Amino acid sequence: MTWLRDHFVDVLSLAGQHAYLAGVPLVLGLLIALPLGWLASRNKVLYPFLIMGTGLLYTIPSLALFIMLPLLLPFKILDPNNVLVAMTIYTVALLVRTVADGLGAVPDAVNQSATAMGYKRLRRFMSVELPLAVPVISAGLRVAAVSNVSIVSVATLIGVSQLGSLFTDGFSRAFLDPIIVGVVACVLLALLFDVAILLVTRLVTPWQRAGSPAA
Amino acid sequence: MIRFDAVSKQFPDGTKAVDELTLEAPTGKITVLVGPSGCGKTTSLRMINRMITPTDGRIWIDDQDTAEMDEAQLRRGIGYVIQHAGLFPHRTIVANIATVPMLLGWGRRKAESRALELLERVGLPASYAKRYPAQLSGGQQQRVGVARALAADPPIMLMDEPFSAVDPIVREQLQDEFLRLQGDLGKTIVFVTHDIEEAIKLGDQIAVLRGSGNLAQLSDPAQLLAHPVDDFVADFVGKDRGYRALSFQQSPQFPLSRESSVPLGATPEQAAAAARDGWVLVLDADRRPLGWIEPDRITAPVRSEMLARGGTVATAGGPLRNALDAALSSPSRRGVIVDDQGALLGTVRAYEVLAEIEERARPELDEADLERAGLRPVEETPE
Amino acid sequence: MINRIIAWLADVAHWQGDDGILRRLVEHMEYATTALVIAALIAIPLGLYIGHTGKGRFLVVNAVGAARAIPSLGLLYLAFFWLAPRLSGEVAFLAPAGLVLVVLAIPPILSGAYAGVEGVEPAARDAAVGMGMRGTEVMRHVELPCALPLILSGIRSAMLQVIATATIAAVLGLGGLGRFLIDGLASQDFPQTASGAILVAVLALAVDMAFALVQRSVVSPGLTGRYGKVSL
Ligand SMILES: Nc1ncnc2c1ncn2[C@@H]1O[C@H](COP(=O)(O)OP(=O)(O)O)[C@@H](O)[C@H]1O
Ligand SMILES: [Mg+2]
Repeated sequence: MTWLRDHFVDVLSLAGQHAYLAGVPLVLGLLIALPLGWLASRNKVLYPFLIMGTGLLYTIPSLALFIMLPLLLPFKILDPNNVLVAMTIYTVALLVRTVADGLGAVPDAVNQSATAMGYKRLRRFMSVELPLAVPVISAGLRVAAVSNVSIVSVATLIGVSQLGSLFTDGFSRAFLDPIIVGVVACVLLALLFDVAILLVTRLVTPWQRAGSPAA
Repeated sequence: MIRFDAVSKQFPDGTKAVDELTLEAPTGKITVLVGPSGCGKTTSLRMINRMITPTDGRIWIDDQDTAEMDEAQLRRGIGYVIQHAGLFPHRTIVANIATVPMLLGWGRRKAESRALELLERVGLPASYAKRYPAQLSGGQQQRVGVARALAADPPIMLMDEPFSAVDPIVREQLQDEFLRLQGDLGKTIVFVTHDIEEAIKLGDQIAVLRGSGNLAQLSDPAQLLAHPVDDFVADFVGKDRGYRALSFQQSPQFPLSRESSVPLGATPEQAAAAARDGWVLVLDADRRPLGWIEPDRITAPVRSEMLARGGTVATAGGPLRNALDAALSSPSRRGVIVDDQGALLGTVRAYEVLAEIEERARPELDEADLERAGLRPVEETPE
Repeated sequence: MINRIIAWLADVAHWQGDDGILRRLVEHMEYATTALVIAALIAIPLGLYIGHTGKGRFLVVNAVGAARAIPSLGLLYLAFFWLAPRLSGEVAFLAPAGLVLVVLAIPPILSGAYAGVEGVEPAARDAAVGMGMRGTEVMRHVELPCALPLILSGIRSAMLQVIATATIAAVLGLGGLGRFLIDGLASQDFPQTASGAILVAVLALAVDMAFALVQRSVVSPGLTGRYGKVSL
């Protein structure tokens, strides 16, 4: 693997670009999915539409979305912002259902006692429902993170550079090393995202670690 | 007959769940294993059908060593009922009940007709046959669980807290029906519960276990109440032991006082004429007691709402406990005794019941207990 | 733009022939179903086994997580370089694409299968063993039917992903609806690309709905709560 040694800095910068393209949409997607998921969990009529609708977004092939977005958005075809938007769409597609189900799973007794104690709607959402739904939402976020890292690499076909560039580079030169490095780097990056989400989740849900009282 | 012969179970993590348990569950009787949570009841029970393998000792069914039998064959011959019934959610009620007959290769038609018969036997309407478990209440599911265990008519039933997940009223119904069913079927039953009341109500024989499946005491309910062998058992059996023990003593033919009575609709004058010490009993057309009334306090003909209904009613020849309670709970202090049809026979006073109780000898200690306690037997006093 | 897409789709010439939509649709479904069947044949027995015995659970959960992280495009190229020299003819291209789709489809089916079996109510399993069912009987009579809803939704989500991803077969010069995306991109023919994308989405949706119907007919009403006419 002398190739890796020679190109380490390049790979690192591609990885940075990859992390940016996969990571920022996670945050944006979560911010959009929260109100949509909340709406779906509240409203029995909206639920199937929101779930089906956002689920449908996920069936659009990533390549198609990457090609099409520049036509609909004010960005140039090689602009990485297209990829950010596309990945945000996929993140929302995955997360709306998770958020809705996570909020729906908050025990009714908890919600009712919160209301009985005088919590108003938004306050109750922020301080009771949302924290209790965190474990479920975090599980969905982990899936989205891993999936984002994998999908972003396809953007190389439209010429946006990130770790996927190593694939096309290797393919066009019939040279395996960059492809292997790219795949391994993607898996490592996904792992990194996963660990980061797990850590944050643990940090914000101390009660999950409390365990059961000594038997 | 099921016989535990110095059976022990140590789990791989080192937990000693059962330690040298020796016990015999007689044929046709209900043996209850009772004890605090975690004392090894479930482990003991599941060693009988080899869901758990003992680390030491042997368990015999009649004269067969269970360790030498084929596991699945052994289990198909033993009914097994558990706490949450464990019905198969994807199968209809009949299909659930017919499971073991189908496993035994009875053929669908025969298995299903047997299942329908059992459905009725456990008190569920035939219209439930095609329902799914999720459509039944907890108590109904438990009945199906019992029916399913009975389906292949196994001589032995193992029951692990079958009634503890249902509410107290349903539990009592299930217990009563279970006793009625057992009266008909006479199975050899090992029944696990943590509820001493349930044990006393259902058991022909009760095994009280303390930690690690240590047999603290094995005796019939009356004996258990009268002579808990140590503080642990006494504590576990609980308070009111003297009173509860009266459940197992038959009332004699009390010298009943005649009680005059009035029907509903009697005028205050008629009621006053019939009253004794200020109270008179009101009966229905079949002479069944409805309640007591104080004629002095009524101004209109007797109506149902006027009756004092606090008093319980005891059946002649029933347990002494019921007779005593009838007297203690009666507003007139006269305990109402009825015949098997529920028609009034007469009344009895608490002191009369107590006199009878004092006449009775308390159950004697078992020989083994005498020896253990270092006591000598009571000598027969020559007449 | 919309008008140009509609015009492209409405053009009869685009539907016929060896590179027409119908032919590509059939190819696409061939790739997807073949991969799905192979993945199911591997993942369902393995998942049932893991769920039933609990053996290898840790290993498989992590392997499944890692497999999800493998970028399909990179794997496709790797598989191509590895397999193509060993094979000849169209198979040299089909095998790498198939491998990628199988790797993609296994994780959701596998986790559906083991989660389904693990999710069987312990009391039901306990009762089954207590009644004298042997290992395979417990599996056949209790675990499999109870796990069916999750197995099927695993297959369903694998199906969606495979249909969307089968488009990358086109980068190796294979057929399928991905051709319209790749060719459209190469020739800057955006109506063609857009039409390709729409066709994939419609196909995914149609297959998904067909699957929902199948799911409804094979899963016991006792598990879905669709009790039919029996009144409560
Ligand atoms: N599979 C097991 N592995 C380790 N310990 C166990 C296992 N099953 C039960 N135990 C332990 O064995 C003891 C007896 O359990 P059990 O027979 O279930 O009690 P009971 O039914 O009386 O509540 C408990 O301390 C319990 O924690
Ligand atoms: Mg127990």
